[in-house]
Amino acid sequence: MRLIHALALSAIVLLSGAGAAGAGEKLLSERGDVAIDQQSKVDMFRPEKDKDTIPRNYQKQPPLIPHSVKGYNITQNFNKCMDCHSKERAEETGATKVAKSHYLDREDKKLGNISPRRYFCMQCHVPQFDAKPLVDNIYKPATKRGE
Amino acid sequence: MSLENCMPAWVKRIGLGTVVVLFVAGIVFWGGFNTALELTNREEFCISCHEMKENVFKEYQNTVHYTNRTGVRATCPDCHVPKEWVPKMIRKIQASNEVWHKLLGSVDTPEKFNAKRAQLAQNEWKRMKANDSQECRNCHRYDYMDYTEQGNRAARMHPQAFTEGKTCIDCHKGVAHQLPPIDQHIGKQNEGGVEISHGEKPKEEGK
Repeated sequence: MRLIHALALSAIVLLSGAGAAGAGEKLLSERGDVAIDQQSKVDMFRPEKDKDTIPRNYQKQPPLIPHSVKGYNITQNFNKCMDCHSKERAEETGATKVAKSHYLDREDKKLGNISPRRYFCMQCHVPQFDAKPLVDNIYKPATKRGE
Repeated sequence: MSLENCMPAWVKRIGLGTVVVLFVAGIVFWGGFNTALELTNREEFCISCHEMKENVFKEYQNTVHYTNRTGVRATCPDCHVPKEWVPKMIRKIQASNEVWHKLLGSVDTPEKFNAKRAQLAQNEWKRMKANDSQECRNCHRYDYMDYTEQGNRAARMHPQAFTEGKTCIDCHKGVAHQLPPIDQHIGKQNEGGVEISHGEKPKEEGK
């Protein structure tokens, strides 16, 4: 009996609360109070300055790109990333070498050179901007086995 | 002493008037020649051909040499025509071949242009390699580069490359235009395409 009372009460509170919000407040989206035909401020972030390797946040995370990628295009004709990060070039440029996993095809068969399915680097490896997260992130990585 | 006496014999023979007229004509001719030459040395002239306007100029508009923070920009002749007189004349004479191919319509569609892109790019790389990237260095001078102002990667690579005797174009290919298919050894992608070098590696001593 008490439970039914509590449910009814909470239902009333919720309904009245929702009604009040609907009448008075305007719903704000993540892009802020900017009309749809105006430019929101989200495009104004700048790429972060070059820095050393960013530690991974969890095991097997694709390493983040610690430098600006402005003007670095990946086209059908040329992959700018591979100009420094390929096996042949990494030693001279001091860039991180492409991992061995990138030489495997989808059946885990090792290929002589980089698998075409790894061509679009920035599908997994992403550059960093000075944008603050919109919501707090309390993610914690799972500990390694045996820790 | 009259003016007659101090004139050389040849001036007396053809007459002072003729000499003055020839002198002025020389100035006018030279001025006209130079003006006409400079008219062909402007971006508006280059992109008056749709071959340039629809292909290389469009690509170039997305690059830092066209639009950037400070608004300083490089136009076509800044990179593609030498500033020094003799190399400039040589390049201008070579350009008559380009006029010929304009008449032939060798690259008058994007498809035809892209089919020739590898060859055209390699010609220009070869030219820049041969003159130590002079056109880059007209603005970007090694001696005045402040490595502390450069990004980590640039500050590390520049001194290294200069000591190895490399020149700008060895690494900075495709900064202003799209590259032709480059064989980067990524699977079958661009297999058999152009192989680019990043300058010769210095020979190790004692080997």
